[in-house]
Order: sequence, then structure tokens, then C-alpha cells
Amino acid sequence: MSTLKGRNLISITDFSKEEYIEVLDIAEGFEKNPKQRILSDKVIATLFFEPSTRTRLSFESAANQLGARIIGFSDPGGTSVQKGESLHDTIVMVSSYADLIVMRNPKEGSSRYASEVASVPVINAGDGANQHPTQCMLDLYSIRKTQGTLENLNIACVGDLKYGRTVHSLVQAMCNFNATFHLVSPTELKLPSSVKMSIKDAGLKYYQYTDIQSVIPTADIIYMTRVQRERFPDPLEYERVKDSCILTASMLEGCKPNMRVLHPLPRVNEITTDVDSTPYAYYFRQAQNGVYVRQALMSAILGAK
Amino acid sequence: MDTKKELVVSAIENGTVIDHIPTESVYRVIHILGLEEYKDEVLIGNYLQSSKLGRKGIIKIKNKHFTKDEVSKVALVAPFVTIITIQDYKVIEKFATEIPDHVENFVKCANPKCITNCEAVPTKFDIIDKENLMLRCHYCEKFTTKETIHFIH
Repeated sequence: MSTLKGRNLISITDFSKEEYIEVLDIAEGFEKNPKQRILSDKVIATLFFEPSTRTRLSFESAANQLGARIIGFSDPGGTSVQKGESLHDTIVMVSSYADLIVMRNPKEGSSRYASEVASVPVINAGDGANQHPTQCMLDLYSIRKTQGTLENLNIACVGDLKYGRTVHSLVQAMCNFNATFHLVSPTELKLPSSVKMSIKDAGLKYYQYTDIQSVIPTADIIYMTRVQRERFPDPLEYERVKDSCILTASMLEGCKPNMRVLHPLPRVNEITTDVDSTPYAYYFRQAQNGVYVRQALMSAILGAK
Repeated sequence: MDTKKELVVSAIENGTVIDHIPTESVYRVIHILGLEEYKDEVLIGNYLQSSKLGRKGIIKIKNKHFTKDEVSKVALVAPFVTIITIQDYKVIEKFATEIPDHVENFVKCANPKCITNCEAVPTKFDIIDKENLMLRCHYCEKFTTKETIHFIH
């Protein structure tokens, strides 16, 4: 039985290095054999207070393949939330209907709070710009899958490193595996000092750049994120920097053969479509891995693995 | 020349003295403890001579003893002040305030999108840098700093 039974997953730092490995090992079993009806006596609530495509569908696909029943909503419209019910009351009520709650809510810290008032475990499926730990777990799975290890890798993170929560979580998690970080972003969107502090605390190194080209020869993983226009108060500033974080197929010449490009998706134009057909593109497989990782998390937390 | 020293602010029989307050923090301490509303004698001195600080503030509050939480509040706005408990004009206890590791429900989270600013959720923080006063919200994990700190009353 997993040590994760009954646990919440709110922030990537809630789990230890050994627990990450445990989840990834269980997920590998699901990749080989995804249809295991080991949660057929369980009800899983998916509460999505804001829209989501990949995350909700992959959680629901994972739960279905495990034989669990799903209740919940994909939009709070038409629920008691719209009538003004507090998060506290919604969670207390849903706790009595389900064995596990999967929640996405735009209010930051809402999942931690939900886990404190719920009588069943809570998995955070994204709380605003704060945490999205299951995305991070599937990123780790994808990195291990493509590199054969999580240890001693050169991880390049590109794009909006300031607001991109997936980058923050990935950096925090990879601090357990002796990674070297290469951070590529416009000056306005540098990694926050709080996250850089995690790297320093772990005794690891990071290097900052403003163009992608510098990291191509050394990176084992290039983790791309979207630079959003709305992050810039000055539209001219956005126009000036927007192309500095676009990856094209021709830029990949001279990269390591084991290098893979990851992206949490949705992509807009930061990876041109000619990259898709190169052996380095891994972002669509990465999304597929989300199902195995979520199967692993739900079955471990519900004590079925 | 008369070298006799006199108390600029007179002694109290029972209560608490907050001494060695940096001059710029005196009114913040008054505010954080809600002393504007206190219905007994409060003696306030500021810019008094101090061998330790050059100039200092002092507050004497009659018939008032502070809880651990109240001392934590003082420490956040004025670390390392001296708290002296007085009974029958005698010093019963004297200690320097220290910034606690954890504070609950008296600091507001600086992140407007934090759940604690959207619903009736009591705030909780870990103090991760006492020197520069940096607090990490237990819920949204964002930092509240000396520059962005606000207190809940």
C-alpha cells in the first residue's frame, strides 16, 4: 500500500523526492496497462470553477479507466456557487458525496483551504497562478521517460517565467535531482526571486538569457511556455520581445540528440509547427502522459496501489 | 550641575512598559495594539534620549498585560523592543521581542487573488526571512514583505 493513501496533493512541495518516484513508477504501470478497474467502488468529484480542457478531460479519462464514477461540474454556472455559496460550504457538502475531490479554482490558495475543510483527500488541479502539481508530475514523468533519468539534467525553461506556474513547480521539483537551470525570458518576465531562492537553497546553479539560441547546445530538456500579450502594460514592449521566445525547427540544429521539447499546452505561436515533425517534439506525448500520472495519483491516494 | 536622572514618562503601578522602540515605529505599535481605543492610562514618549538607540520611544500601558499574540504583533512592526511587566512598581518580567516563526490571523495577505482576501478564511503565514521581514502565505504561497504588510484588526 502506498504511503500516499489519504494524502492531499496541493503543492508540488507536499511530496518528497521518493514520493515523486513512487508516483512515476505507478504511472509507468498504467502506461503499460491503462484499463485497471481498481476504483470501481469509488466516486470522484471534479469541481472546475473555471474552464479547462486538458486537465479536466485527462482527470476524467483517468478516473473512467480506473472504473470510478465521476460527479461534479465544469463551470460553476447553474450551481449553488453562483448563488453565493462559500467555498467552505461547497467543499463540506461535496466531501459527503465523494471519496476524492479534484478541484480547479482561480482563487490562489483555494485548494489548500479546501483540503483543510474537506473530510476526503483533495487534489489541486490548478489554483490560479499558484500551483498545478499534477501538471508538474506529468512533466517529471515525461522528462524521466525521454531521458531515462531525472538526475543531473540541463533544464532550459523558456518564455513567461514570471507568471508561468508550471515553470515554478517544475523548477522546485527538479531541485531534488541536481538539475542545472537555463532560464530564457524577456527581462520583464524573469523567474521570480522566490523561485530562484529554491535553486540557491538546493545548492544548484542557474543561468539567465534573453534568447533561446544560447541554450540549444547544452539543454537536455527545453520547456517552452507562452508569452501572453496581456502580461505587458505597454503593447510596444510586447511587440519588441515577442519573437525572442519562439522556437523554430531550424534553431534545433546542433542540439543534443537526447534533447526533447516540452510544453504544458495550449501552444499559440511559441513553437512553430515545423518543430512538430522533428524527433525533438514531445509535447503531445507529454499531454497523453497526464492520464497515466493522474491514474497513479488517484489510485495511490485512494489506497488502491 | 544637577546630574540626577528623572523619568521623563512617569512610572506605573501595574501594567506593561514597551521600551526601546525605534522612534519611527512608536505610532505603528500603538496602532497595531489598538491602544487608540484602550480605556485606561497610556503614557507615550518619543524621541527620548537612549544610550542604546540614541533616540527611542517608550509606551506605558496601565493595567494591561499582553498575550503571546500581541507580543508577536509588536515584534513584526518593531523587532527587538523590550517588554517589561510591572506589578506594584516592580519589574516582574523583562524580555526582548523576537519575530515569531509563524503568525495567524493578524496580517493581511498582499496578494489580492489569495483565497484569504476573497472568502472568510483566517490568514496564516510562515516568516521565512526575519531580517528583511518576508512572510509566505500558507494558502497562496506568495510573499508579503515589510513594504506590503498590512494588519487585520
